[in-house]
Amino acid sequence: MTWRAAKVVAVRDETATARTLALAVRDWPGHVAGQHVDVRLTAPDGYSAVRSYSIASAPTSDGRIEITVERLPNGEVSPYLTQEVMVGDELELRGPIGGWFVWRSDQTESIQLLAGGSGIVPLMAMIRSRRSAGSNAPFRLLYSVRQPETVFYRDELRALSNQGDSVVITYAYTRVTPKDWPRPAGRINAELIARGTWPSNLRPSSYVCGPTSFVEHTTDLLIAAGHDRARIRTERFGATGERK
Amino acid sequence: MNTSMNYLDGNAAAGELSRIFALDITAAEGQCAKCGAKKPFAEAHLYMQCPGLVARCAGCDHVLLRLVNAGRRVFLDVSGLNWLALDTSLQESGR
Repeated sequence: MTWRAAKVVAVRDETATARTLALAVRDWPGHVAGQHVDVRLTAPDGYSAVRSYSIASAPTSDGRIEITVERLPNGEVSPYLTQEVMVGDELELRGPIGGWFVWRSDQTESIQLLAGGSGIVPLMAMIRSRRSAGSNAPFRLLYSVRQPETVFYRDELRALSNQGDSVVITYAYTRVTPKDWPRPAGRINAELIARGTWPSNLRPSSYVCGPTSFVEHTTDLLIAAGHDRARIRTERFGATGERK
Repeated sequence: MNTSMNYLDGNAAAGELSRIFALDITAAEGQCAKCGAKKPFAEAHLYMQCPGLVARCAGCDHVLLRLVNAGRRVFLDVSGLNWLALDTSLQESGR
Protein backbone atom coordinates (compact mmCIF):
# COMPACT_ATOMS: atom_id res chain seq x y z
CA MET A 1 0.00 0.00 0.00
CA THR A 2 1.39 3.38 -0.96
CA TRP A 3 1.49 6.71 0.85
CA ARG A 4 -0.94 9.29 -0.49
CA ALA A 5 -0.93 13.05 -0.12
CA ALA A 6 -3.78 14.38 2.01
CA LYS A 7 -4.67 18.05 2.33
CA VAL A 8 -6.29 19.39 5.48
CA VAL A 9 -9.54 21.06 4.34
CA ALA A 10 -11.18 21.79 7.72
CA VAL A 11 -10.48 21.47 11.43
CA ARG A 12 -13.03 21.29 14.25
CA ASP A 13 -12.49 20.96 17.99
CA GLU A 14 -14.46 18.13 19.61
CA THR A 15 -13.24 18.66 23.20
CA ALA A 16 -10.48 20.66 24.91
CA THR A 17 -7.97 18.01 23.81
CA ALA A 18 -9.43 16.42 20.68
CA ARG A 19 -9.72 17.78 17.18
CA THR A 20 -11.31 16.50 13.99
CA LEU A 21 -9.37 16.97 10.76
CA ALA A 22 -11.19 16.79 7.43
CA LEU A 23 -8.80 15.57 4.74
CA ALA A 24 -8.99 15.55 0.95
CA VAL A 25 -6.99 12.49 -0.08
CA ARG A 26 -5.48 12.11 -3.54
CA ASP A 27 -6.83 9.01 -5.35
CA TRP A 28 -8.72 7.84 -2.25
CA PRO A 29 -10.33 4.47 -3.10
CA GLY A 30 -13.11 4.80 -0.48
CA HIS A 31 -13.43 3.02 2.85
CA VAL A 32 -15.69 0.91 5.05
CA ALA A 33 -16.83 2.15 8.49
CA GLY A 34 -14.40 0.98 11.18
CA GLN A 35 -11.23 1.14 9.07
CA HIS A 36 -8.23 3.27 9.98
CA VAL A 37 -5.40 5.11 8.28
CA ASP A 38 -1.73 5.53 9.10
CA VAL A 39 -0.49 9.13 9.15
CA ARG A 40 3.22 9.83 8.55
CA LEU A 41 4.94 13.04 9.56
CA THR A 42 8.50 13.66 8.39
CA ALA A 43 10.81 16.26 9.95
CA PRO A 44 13.25 18.30 7.83
CA ASP A 45 16.11 16.04 9.05
CA GLY A 46 14.33 12.98 7.67
CA TYR A 47 13.08 11.59 10.98
CA SER A 48 9.60 10.27 10.52
CA ALA A 49 6.84 9.03 12.80
CA VAL A 50 3.80 6.95 11.84
CA ARG A 51 0.61 6.73 13.88
CA SER A 52 -2.75 5.05 13.26
CA TYR A 53 -6.04 6.95 13.43
CA SER A 54 -9.54 5.63 12.91
CA ILE A 55 -11.70 7.19 10.24
CA ALA A 56 -14.64 9.01 11.86
CA SER A 57 -16.67 9.78 8.75
CA ALA A 58 -19.09 7.65 6.76
CA PRO A 59 -17.89 6.37 3.40
CA THR A 60 -18.33 8.92 0.62
CA SER A 61 -17.18 9.07 -2.98
CA ASP A 62 -15.70 12.57 -2.87
CA GLY A 63 -12.24 11.56 -1.67
CA ARG A 64 -12.74 13.15 1.73
CA ILE A 65 -12.37 11.55 5.13
CA GLU A 66 -12.36 12.80 8.70
CA ILE A 67 -10.16 11.62 11.55
CA THR A 68 -10.47 12.69 15.19
CA VAL A 69 -7.22 12.93 17.11
CA GLU A 70 -6.92 13.01 20.90
CA ARG A 71 -3.90 14.91 22.17
CA LEU A 72 -1.72 12.69 24.33
CA PRO A 73 0.70 14.16 26.88
CA ASN A 74 4.25 13.64 25.58
CA GLY A 75 2.88 12.43 22.24
CA GLU A 76 5.10 12.81 19.18
CA VAL A 77 2.39 13.23 16.58
CA SER A 78 -0.90 14.08 18.30
CA PRO A 79 0.19 17.51 19.65
CA TYR A 80 1.04 18.55 16.10
CA LEU A 81 -2.23 17.26 14.66
CA THR A 82 -4.37 18.84 17.40
CA GLN A 83 -2.57 22.16 17.88
CA GLU A 84 -0.30 23.06 14.97
CA VAL A 85 -1.85 21.77 11.78
CA MET A 86 -3.76 24.32 9.67
CA VAL A 87 -6.18 24.21 6.76
CA GLY A 88 -4.11 23.83 3.59
CA ASP A 89 -1.33 21.77 5.21
CA GLU A 90 -0.42 18.42 3.63
CA LEU A 91 0.07 15.11 5.41
CA GLU A 92 1.05 11.67 4.16
CA LEU A 93 -1.52 8.97 4.64
CA ARG A 94 -1.72 5.20 4.04
CA GLY A 95 -5.04 3.38 3.91
CA PRO A 96 -7.77 2.40 4.24
CA ILE A 97 -6.53 -0.33 6.57
CA GLY A 98 -8.29 -3.30 8.14
CA GLY A 99 -11.13 -5.54 6.99
CA TRP A 100 -11.99 -7.11 10.37
CA PHE A 101 -13.20 -4.33 12.66
CA VAL A 102 -15.73 -3.03 10.12
CA TRP A 103 -19.50 -2.63 9.79
CA ARG A 104 -20.94 -2.94 6.30
CA SER A 105 -24.31 -1.39 5.51
CA ASP A 106 -25.68 -4.71 4.24
CA GLN A 107 -25.46 -6.15 7.79
CA THR A 108 -29.02 -6.32 9.15
CA GLU A 109 -28.46 -7.89 12.60
CA SER A 110 -28.64 -5.92 15.88
CA ILE A 111 -25.44 -4.02 16.56
CA GLN A 112 -23.98 -3.25 19.96
CA LEU A 113 -21.25 -0.59 20.07
CA LEU A 114 -19.10 -0.15 23.19
CA ALA A 115 -16.72 2.81 23.28
CA GLY A 116 -14.10 3.72 25.86
CA GLY A 117 -13.02 7.37 25.50
CA SER A 118 -11.68 8.12 22.03
CA GLY A 119 -12.61 4.54 21.06
CA ILE A 120 -15.84 6.20 19.91
CA VAL A 121 -14.18 7.28 16.65
CA PRO A 122 -14.53 4.13 14.47
CA LEU A 123 -17.92 3.42 16.07
CA MET A 124 -19.06 6.91 15.07
CA ALA A 125 -18.13 6.04 11.49
CA MET A 126 -20.46 3.03 11.79
CA ILE A 127 -23.29 5.19 13.20
CA ARG A 128 -22.81 7.72 10.41
CA SER A 129 -22.57 4.98 7.80
CA ARG A 130 -25.84 3.43 9.04
CA ARG A 131 -27.52 6.78 8.58
CA SER A 132 -26.05 7.67 5.20
CA ALA A 133 -26.89 4.21 3.83
CA GLY A 134 -30.48 4.43 5.12
CA SER A 135 -29.97 1.22 7.12
CA ASN A 136 -32.57 0.10 9.68
CA ALA A 137 -30.19 -2.18 11.60
CA PRO A 138 -30.95 -1.73 15.33
CA PHE A 139 -27.98 0.06 16.94
CA ARG A 140 -27.15 0.64 20.58
CA LEU A 141 -24.13 2.50 21.91
CA LEU A 142 -22.66 2.27 25.39
CA TYR A 143 -20.16 5.11 25.65
CA SER A 144 -17.79 5.31 28.61
CA VAL A 145 -16.19 8.71 29.23
CA ARG A 146 -14.34 10.34 32.12
CA GLN A 147 -16.73 13.28 32.40
CA PRO A 148 -19.39 15.09 30.35
CA GLU A 149 -16.85 17.49 28.80
CA THR A 150 -14.91 14.64 27.18
CA VAL A 151 -17.81 13.38 25.04
CA PHE A 152 -16.95 13.53 21.32
CA TYR A 153 -19.64 14.49 18.74
CA ARG A 154 -21.96 15.57 21.57
CA ASP A 155 -24.54 17.54 19.56
CA GLU A 156 -24.69 15.00 16.76
CA LEU A 157 -25.21 12.12 19.22
CA ARG A 158 -27.90 14.06 21.05
CA ALA A 159 -29.74 14.80 17.80
CA LEU A 160 -29.52 11.12 16.80
CA SER A 161 -30.89 9.82 20.10
CA ASN A 162 -33.82 12.25 19.90
CA GLN A 163 -35.02 10.68 16.66
CA GLY A 164 -37.44 7.79 16.72
CA ASP A 165 -35.82 5.04 14.66
CA SER A 166 -32.28 5.57 15.61
CA VAL A 167 -29.40 4.75 17.87
CA VAL A 168 -30.07 4.15 21.58
CA ILE A 169 -27.25 5.69 23.58
CA THR A 170 -26.24 5.01 27.18
CA TYR A 171 -23.47 7.04 28.79
CA ALA A 172 -21.19 5.74 31.52
CA TYR A 173 -19.15 8.34 33.40
CA THR A 174 -16.02 7.04 35.08
CA ARG A 175 -14.84 10.15 37.00
CA VAL A 176 -17.46 12.94 37.03
CA THR A 177 -21.18 12.69 36.17
CA PRO A 178 -23.56 15.42 35.02
CA LYS A 179 -25.65 17.02 37.80
CA ASP A 180 -28.44 14.81 39.17
CA TRP A 181 -27.16 11.77 37.27
CA PRO A 182 -28.83 8.66 38.72
CA ARG A 183 -25.67 6.56 38.84
CA PRO A 184 -22.42 7.35 40.67
CA ALA A 185 -19.26 7.70 38.58
CA GLY A 186 -17.49 4.40 37.99
CA ARG A 187 -16.37 1.77 35.51
CA ILE A 188 -18.83 -0.15 33.40
CA ASN A 189 -20.18 -3.08 35.43
CA ALA A 190 -22.62 -5.96 34.94
CA GLU A 191 -25.60 -3.80 35.88
CA LEU A 192 -24.73 -1.23 33.23
CA ILE A 193 -24.17 -3.96 30.64
CA ALA A 194 -27.64 -5.31 31.46
CA ARG A 195 -29.23 -1.87 31.17
CA GLY A 196 -27.27 -0.38 28.28
CA THR A 197 -26.77 -3.24 25.82
CA TRP A 198 -28.84 -5.67 23.76
CA PRO A 199 -29.69 -8.91 25.57
CA SER A 200 -27.54 -11.83 24.45
CA ASN A 201 -30.53 -13.84 23.19
CA LEU A 202 -30.89 -11.28 20.36
CA ARG A 203 -27.45 -12.46 19.19
CA PRO A 204 -26.16 -8.97 18.35
CA SER A 205 -22.78 -8.33 16.78
CA SER A 206 -20.70 -6.28 19.20
CA TYR A 207 -17.87 -3.87 18.45
CA VAL A 208 -15.67 -2.84 21.38
CA CYS A 209 -13.05 -0.10 20.98
CA GLY A 210 -10.94 1.68 23.56
CA PRO A 211 -7.80 1.36 25.65
CA THR A 212 -6.65 -2.23 26.15
CA SER A 213 -7.86 -2.36 29.79
CA PHE A 214 -11.33 -1.12 28.73
CA VAL A 215 -11.55 -3.69 25.94
CA GLU A 216 -10.52 -6.60 28.21
CA HIS A 217 -12.88 -5.55 31.02
CA THR A 218 -15.87 -4.90 28.76
CA THR A 219 -15.41 -8.05 26.69
CA ASP A 220 -15.30 -10.14 29.89
CA LEU A 221 -18.57 -8.54 31.05
CA LEU A 222 -20.26 -9.25 27.70
CA ILE A 223 -19.18 -12.89 27.81
CA ALA A 224 -20.39 -13.17 31.44
CA ALA A 225 -23.76 -11.76 30.25
CA GLY A 226 -24.04 -14.66 27.80
CA HIS A 227 -22.68 -13.13 24.60
CA ASP A 228 -20.86 -15.39 22.14
CA ARG A 229 -17.13 -14.45 21.96
CA ALA A 230 -17.21 -15.10 18.22
CA ARG A 231 -19.71 -12.24 17.76
CA ILE A 232 -17.57 -9.69 19.61
CA ARG A 233 -15.00 -7.75 17.58
CA THR A 234 -12.44 -5.65 19.39
CA GLU A 235 -9.96 -2.92 18.63
CA ARG A 236 -7.44 -1.83 21.24
CA PHE A 237 -5.27 1.22 21.37
CA GLY A 238 -2.75 2.60 23.80
CA ALA A 239 0.00 5.11 24.34
CA THR A 240 2.47 3.01 22.37
CA GLY A 241 0.45 3.17 19.19
CA GLU A 242 -0.76 6.70 19.96
CA ARG A 243 -4.04 5.59 18.51
CA LYS A 244 -6.99 7.86 17.61
CA MET B 1 0.47 1.41 32.89
CA ASN B 2 -0.02 -2.20 33.88
CA THR B 3 2.55 -4.15 31.86
CA SER B 4 0.13 -7.01 31.35
CA MET B 5 -2.09 -4.55 29.41
CA ASN B 6 0.80 -3.16 27.40
CA TYR B 7 -0.31 -4.51 24.06
CA LEU B 8 -2.54 -3.56 21.15
CA ASP B 9 -4.02 -5.97 18.64
CA GLY B 10 -3.50 -7.20 15.11
CA ASN B 11 -5.44 -4.23 13.71
CA ALA B 12 -2.54 -1.97 14.66
CA ALA B 13 -0.07 -4.04 12.60
CA ALA B 14 -2.11 -3.94 9.42
CA GLY B 15 -0.60 -0.77 7.98
CA GLU B 16 2.97 -2.00 8.39
CA LEU B 17 2.09 -5.49 7.11
CA SER B 18 0.36 -3.97 4.06
CA ARG B 19 3.89 -3.28 2.79
CA ILE B 20 4.33 -7.04 2.51
CA PHE B 21 0.88 -8.58 2.06
CA ALA B 22 -1.32 -7.54 -0.84
CA LEU B 23 -4.42 -8.82 0.98
CA ASP B 24 -5.88 -7.62 4.28
CA ILE B 25 -4.17 -9.31 7.20
CA THR B 26 -6.65 -8.37 9.97
CA ALA B 27 -9.47 -10.56 8.63
CA ALA B 28 -7.07 -13.40 7.80
CA GLU B 29 -7.43 -16.48 9.98
CA GLY B 30 -4.30 -18.11 11.34
CA GLN B 31 -3.50 -21.17 13.42
CA CYS B 32 -1.15 -20.90 16.40
CA ALA B 33 1.67 -23.44 16.02
CA LYS B 34 1.70 -24.06 19.78
CA CYS B 35 -1.90 -24.32 21.04
CA GLY B 36 -3.65 -24.86 17.70
CA ALA B 37 -6.16 -22.03 18.19
CA LYS B 38 -7.60 -20.67 14.95
CA LYS B 39 -8.31 -16.96 15.21
CA PRO B 40 -8.44 -13.84 13.04
CA PHE B 41 -5.09 -12.06 13.02
CA ALA B 42 -6.94 -8.95 14.31
CA GLU B 43 -7.32 -10.69 17.68
CA ALA B 44 -3.61 -11.38 18.19
CA HIS B 45 -1.94 -9.36 20.95
CA LEU B 46 0.51 -6.91 19.44
CA TYR B 47 3.61 -5.51 21.09
CA MET B 48 5.19 -2.48 19.45
CA GLN B 49 7.68 -1.36 22.14
CA CYS B 50 10.54 -2.83 20.13
CA PRO B 51 12.47 -2.18 16.88
CA GLY B 52 9.72 -3.97 14.99
CA LEU B 53 6.53 -5.63 16.07
CA VAL B 54 5.63 -8.90 17.75
CA ALA B 55 2.22 -10.58 17.54
CA ARG B 56 1.35 -13.15 20.19
CA CYS B 57 -1.50 -15.67 20.39
CA ALA B 58 -4.39 -14.23 22.45
CA GLY B 59 -4.95 -17.71 23.89
CA CYS B 60 -1.49 -19.01 24.89
CA ASP B 61 0.86 -16.01 24.37
CA HIS B 62 3.02 -17.91 21.86
CA VAL B 63 4.88 -15.64 19.41
CA LEU B 64 3.01 -15.90 16.08
CA LEU B 65 4.77 -13.31 13.96
CA ARG B 66 7.73 -10.97 14.24
CA LEU B 67 8.63 -8.16 11.88
CA VAL B 68 11.84 -6.14 12.09
CA ASN B 69 12.87 -3.24 9.88
CA ALA B 70 16.63 -3.26 9.35
CA GLY B 71 17.75 -0.59 6.92
CA ARG B 72 16.60 -1.61 3.45
CA ARG B 73 15.54 -5.08 4.54
CA VAL B 74 12.46 -6.26 6.39
CA PHE B 75 12.74 -9.52 8.36
CA LEU B 76 9.51 -11.44 8.74
CA ASP B 77 9.27 -14.50 11.00
CA VAL B 78 5.97 -16.37 10.80
CA SER B 79 7.24 -19.64 12.27
CA GLY B 80 4.72 -19.33 15.12
CA LEU B 81 1.85 -19.82 12.68
CA ASN B 82 1.02 -23.17 11.10
CA TRP B 83 -0.86 -21.36 8.37
CA LEU B 84 -2.57 -18.10 7.47
CA ALA B 85 -5.75 -18.03 5.33
CA LEU B 86 -6.33 -14.75 3.52
CA ASP B 87 -9.64 -13.78 1.92
CA THR B 88 -9.05 -12.92 -1.73
CA SER B 89 -12.39 -11.07 -1.95
CA LEU B 90 -10.94 -8.40 0.35
CA GLN B 91 -8.67 -6.56 -2.07
CA GLU B 92 -7.14 -3.22 -1.08
CA SER B 93 -7.08 -4.11 2.61
CA GLY B 94 -10.67 -4.80 3.31
CA ARG B 95 -12.55 -3.21 0.49
